Amino acid sequence: MPATRDVKPRNGDVLLLVGTMKGAFIFRSDEKRKSWNVGGPYFPGSAVYAMAYDGRAGRHRIWAAPHSMHWGGVLRSSDDFGKSWTNPESAPIKFPESAGVALNQIWQIAPGRETESDTLYCGVEPAALFVSRDAGETWSLNEGLWNHPQRERWVPGGGGMCLHTILLDPRSLDRIRIAVSTAGMYVTEDGGETWRPSNKGVRADFLPDKYPEFGQCVHKVVQSKVNPDRMFLQNHWGLYRSDDSGEKWKDVAKGVPSDFGFAMAIHPADPDCAWIVPLESDGFRCTPEGKLRVYRTENAGKSWDAMTKGLPQKDAYETVLRDALANDPLDPTGVYFGTRNGKLFGSSDEGKKWSQLADGLPAVVSVKAVSISLPRKR
Amino acid sequence: MSLVFVIPGPLRELAGNRAEVRVKGSAESASKALSLLWEQCPGVRDRVLTEIGEVRPHVNIFIDGESIKFTGGLSSPVRDGAEIVILPALSGG
Repeated sequence: MPATRDVKPRNGDVLLLVGTMKGAFIFRSDEKRKSWNVGGPYFPGSAVYAMAYDGRAGRHRIWAAPHSMHWGGVLRSSDDFGKSWTNPESAPIKFPESAGVALNQIWQIAPGRETESDTLYCGVEPAALFVSRDAGETWSLNEGLWNHPQRERWVPGGGGMCLHTILLDPRSLDRIRIAVSTAGMYVTEDGGETWRPSNKGVRADFLPDKYPEFGQCVHKVVQSKVNPDRMFLQNHWGLYRSDDSGEKWKDVAKGVPSDFGFAMAIHPADPDCAWIVPLESDGFRCTPEGKLRVYRTENAGKSWDAMTKGLPQKDAYETVLRDALANDPLDPTGVYFGTRNGKLFGSSDEGKKWSQLADGLPAVVSVKAVSISLPRKR
Repeated sequence: MSLVFVIPGPLRELAGNRAEVRVKGSAESASKALSLLWEQCPGVRDRVLTEIGEVRPHVNIFIDGESIKFTGGLSSPVRDGAEIVILPALSGG
């Protein structure tokens, strides 16, 4: 197994949690975000589709969901920035016997809101939502979604039938939106007891009924923290905005080379600003014309601008997957993405200029960017 | 009467860092034999079986040198003193 390096973060540092098909890495920089050092690889050989940072209630805990082709997936955590990881004897997330299925992959780890500091959510494949109320010690299946009468008509997309997006409304503990490929978005307003589809205006080009109640292949949805009514959605063909918290969607794919893509990020302070990486669809799924271009809107999708400075514009056939684009909470926000060819790019000025932070990583499947707050040493 | 389990490298941490685990008792089937192993090494269970009790698709179990895929799966017979080897399948990319 490869030797593992560790990072030593200080207060205010930015960390990139990078999940790949062959393990996880932690990139660390100070708040200038100009130079980075790297920790890892952690869990070498295992695919890490989901990572998260939990900085609530004085924690500085990193979560990861390594999935071994041989030994399955186990949710693990580190309280020392990757030096050591839990390795629970019993897999914390597993389906109850009555479900009759086995966990295939953990796709998303979402710490709850600040006011529910011991709550965590996980989205998994086959599509289901798990919740923990004791800071990740024990988990239970959300039965309301699992028993939804429409679930038997959901079908898997190319990546499997995964619940990949969890949006926790900051205004209500009872309102959660999730997205499943291929089922679309669902929302609960009673804390998970009942769920209803939330796909009005989202196209399903691959179905006879182009605007079904559910069945859309939603690739990623993001929600503004400062204006939770504002959301953007990257669909399997289609790029959308919602101004009413996901109840209705409006197509905003004007001025992009393709309305197909996977990844999406939204500005932490500006609800009109979002980033995407369009891909040529449907079979190729690489950057159009061999140009690696991040597109940004600053006007809620009325127009999109190519952000290319520092990105290869020739023979760059890259793919950025649904969780491999992220931004940090600083001002100006840093934007980061990883590619299936193992490249990691970053921008400390909201996408105006890019630097390549790494090359030759295993295929990148997830990137999370966080700023850490540590107690000062006396 | 006892059975000997050979534990693959990645799972030895969950078996007290042992390459071999000897359990007392006998079992009429692979499933029953594995249950004896889980009593000593509970952490190995979820890595070898899914939560619905199936052997993970890329894990092989051999009883006295024969893969249980060809002898009845988890119902495969087990003789007293058998050697049961757990191995990762040749797979990946």
